[in-house]
Amino acid sequence: MSFVSYLINGISLGSVYAIIALGYTMVYGIAKMLNFAHGDIIMMGAYVIFIVVSMMGMPALVGVLAAIVVCTLLGVLIERVAYKPLRGASPLAVLITAIGVSYLLQNVALLLFGANTKAFTSVVGVPALRLAEGQLVISGETIVTILSCIVIMIVLTTFIKKSKAGQAMLAVSEDKGAATLMGINVNKTIALTFAIGSALAAVAGALLCSAYPSLTPYTGAMPGIKAFVAAVFGGIGSIPGAMIGGILLGVIENLSKAYISSQLSDAIVFSVLIVVLLVKPTGILGKKINEKV
Amino acid sequence: MKTKAGNKNWGSNAITYGMVILAYAVMQAMVMSGNISSLMKGLLVPLCMYVILAVSLNLTVGILGELSLGHAGFMCVGAFSSAVFSKCMEGVIPNTMISFLIALVIGALAAAICGILIGIPVLRLRGDYLAIVTLAFGEIIKNIMNAIYLGLDSKGLHFSLKNAAALNLEEGGQVIIKGAQGITGTPKVSSFTIGVVLVLLTLFIIINLTNSRTGRAIMSIRDNRIAAESVGINITKYKLLAFTVSAALAGVAGVLYSHNVSSLTALPKNFGYNMSIMILVFVVLGGIGNIRGSVIAAVVLTLLPELLRGLNNYRMLIYAIVLIAMMIFNSSPKAIALRSQIADNWKKKHSREKKEA
Amino acid sequence: MALLDVENLSISFGGLKAVNNFQISIQKGELYGLIGPNGAGKTTVFNLLTGVYKPDTGSIILDGKNITGKKTIEINRDGMARTFQNIRLFHNMTVLDNVKVGLHNHYSYSTLTGIFRLPKYYKVEKEMNERAMELLQVFDLQDEANLLASNLPYGKQRKLEIARALSTKPKLLLLDEPAAGMNPNETAELMDTIRFVRKNFDMTILLIEHDMKLVSGICEKLTVLNFGEVLAQGATAEVLKNPQVITAYLGE
Repeated sequence: MSFVSYLINGISLGSVYAIIALGYTMVYGIAKMLNFAHGDIIMMGAYVIFIVVSMMGMPALVGVLAAIVVCTLLGVLIERVAYKPLRGASPLAVLITAIGVSYLLQNVALLLFGANTKAFTSVVGVPALRLAEGQLVISGETIVTILSCIVIMIVLTTFIKKSKAGQAMLAVSEDKGAATLMGINVNKTIALTFAIGSALAAVAGALLCSAYPSLTPYTGAMPGIKAFVAAVFGGIGSIPGAMIGGILLGVIENLSKAYISSQLSDAIVFSVLIVVLLVKPTGILGKKINEKV
Repeated sequence: MKTKAGNKNWGSNAITYGMVILAYAVMQAMVMSGNISSLMKGLLVPLCMYVILAVSLNLTVGILGELSLGHAGFMCVGAFSSAVFSKCMEGVIPNTMISFLIALVIGALAAAICGILIGIPVLRLRGDYLAIVTLAFGEIIKNIMNAIYLGLDSKGLHFSLKNAAALNLEEGGQVIIKGAQGITGTPKVSSFTIGVVLVLLTLFIIINLTNSRTGRAIMSIRDNRIAAESVGINITKYKLLAFTVSAALAGVAGVLYSHNVSSLTALPKNFGYNMSIMILVFVVLGGIGNIRGSVIAAVVLTLLPELLRGLNNYRMLIYAIVLIAMMIFNSSPKAIALRSQIADNWKKKHSREKKEA
Repeated sequence: MALLDVENLSISFGGLKAVNNFQISIQKGELYGLIGPNGAGKTTVFNLLTGVYKPDTGSIILDGKNITGKKTIEINRDGMARTFQNIRLFHNMTVLDNVKVGLHNHYSYSTLTGIFRLPKYYKVEKEMNERAMELLQVFDLQDEANLLASNLPYGKQRKLEIARALSTKPKLLLLDEPAAGMNPNETAELMDTIRFVRKNFDMTILLIEHDMKLVSGICEKLTVLNFGEVLAQGATAEVLKNPQVITAYLGE
């Protein structure tokens, strides 16, 4: 039974990674940049929920909605101020700027909220599920996390396939120049991508901190990195890839924590990434890109 | 014409070496006369370490043109391997300097071997993928160092991933690496003078390597891999060579670090990806491929947060804003166009004034 | 025996036969042209010859040595050098260093010799500089030796690419549209340079070109490629009179 429970917890953690990885992979697909600050947006979202729910005593749903609004605005603002001026600059310059934004968010949070750990109240009100005569307990957080992940995946895929804005995103990710010629507003599309990615980050923040209820300005950094690894793992730029990568990563992490060594679980996760990239350099669902000579 | 180019190169390198020696002389004079805060004094060895890290990473990023986010991992390997050696040899080799020199070689070699091991499979990947794999590698190293227990008794070295008791040491044996608590009591041999000598050595190796047949091969891969292949350059060999030299020098920085701290632990702060990223920031802000720039950037950006200490809580915030602003100012296509326009206007105005005069 | 003997060469990408049953035979000292409409597979032939792509079938014999399926760097060492349609210089290196990269495999000292500046370093570097300057002089680039390659005007960049290819001491030189983007004056000058290279270096040259004036002016033999297959082959004047070739070029 314990194996099943580790597995389910792994899927739950992996679902959070998957939601974060979606933000990474969409931004990478469209703006061709690693948004290192993505993990810190998660942290900001969690703080918003903390303020609204724990300090102001509002219902959890209001907190989550407030976090989504704040993170969306924050994501669009960051894109406008820091990344947009660098469109067309070297990828390395953009990467360093993103790192700067990540530092900035962490230190703004440090100033606003202090360095001490905040006890985060779970936003999930669903009771735990007891199966097999109480031998297997699935927490409400786990259930909500996994369901949210599935819903987000379906909504996002439908949005990209069916809506005009989603088609525009696909076009921009394929070829910016051609998309411009077809009358697509590239700047708006990129801004929209950041908005969606950041809104997802707010949801991920709520779920992450509900499951692991300690909040500091550095809460988002490591999950952010791991989610990026998940995105690469699944094939960067691919939405189903981000889902598969995220969930696999969460499962591998939890199982190796349980059965091998909790100290080495991160090392194992990263080793798996290296092996996958060596066998299939573009990730599980990634496309192969040929260089023209 | 040829000699002129040679002279120019030589002059430029002389400035780089001279700058380091001058800074050393000034700081040393301040230390002698007691005109230096204890905070600054404590920063002298770390400064040398950061310079070595930045210059060596510039070989990978600027000269070879590949993005690495795992430089701190190689430093970590150098730090731990050399500290283990120094702990084992404490009392065995009476002369600390000789012992340190051997430790230096061991640290560099261990990091170089890791460089080769990770480089062979990984250098096939390009761009962001290489970046993420090197980041992963750095995290793995840090993680493993946190989990290792290593002990020494008369039978030799004992190794475990569980705990100190699992080492089964006989009486009188000592635990060298205590898992997450790392290594304590490594002899503190590093000094500012040793640091500066190692900085000069690093500069000597990188500058001379760059201006040689090997360096040209490495740069040709950076500029155009396909063309380099078409004129018979062995891509794998030279990529691996650059990557390995870069790793070995990061190992040297690690040796300097481990022999400067009383307790060596693998924390996110010193060996995590944050450290790798900070080194990358030095390289980028100093100018990719610009060795002297790396030296200056490493020194300025290490001192900046310390100089801003008066601003206390705001210093890291200011640091972040400076970083973003500098990137936009330096790299934004619009800012570049604006700058060149201003420069043109200024030139025109200047030449008009000259004519009128 | 021919310097280059290619038989039955084919490659397809995802079901599309890019090059089919290509054959060519080039004698030592010949100046040979490979022409054909856009998308006929000319550059693909170059990429097959230089090992960028591995052929599905066929054999490539260079100077009696089978080089089929070998790697690009081995093929270069066996004596084939090329230029690229979209210029591929080492942009952030000097003009002189571009050529010195080409000399890499002919002038050698170890990495440690380079780092520690042993006497051999100075000796070999001097020889390399002299040889590189000789080559640059052939292309009238000696005054730009210390400029960055990216700062050269377009025409000179093309010349530098040829100089770099020659510095690897090839037996056969492949030029991919050397006159692309050049004005008539520059093209005329380039024709002189190609003739000069052939004579002075005793070089065999295969070139892809669109400029019919250049092709008919300097090539003795032509192969016409259309839809990846050889349409006509032979002496320049005859090939150009071939009605099939005229149709392929001018349409129905």
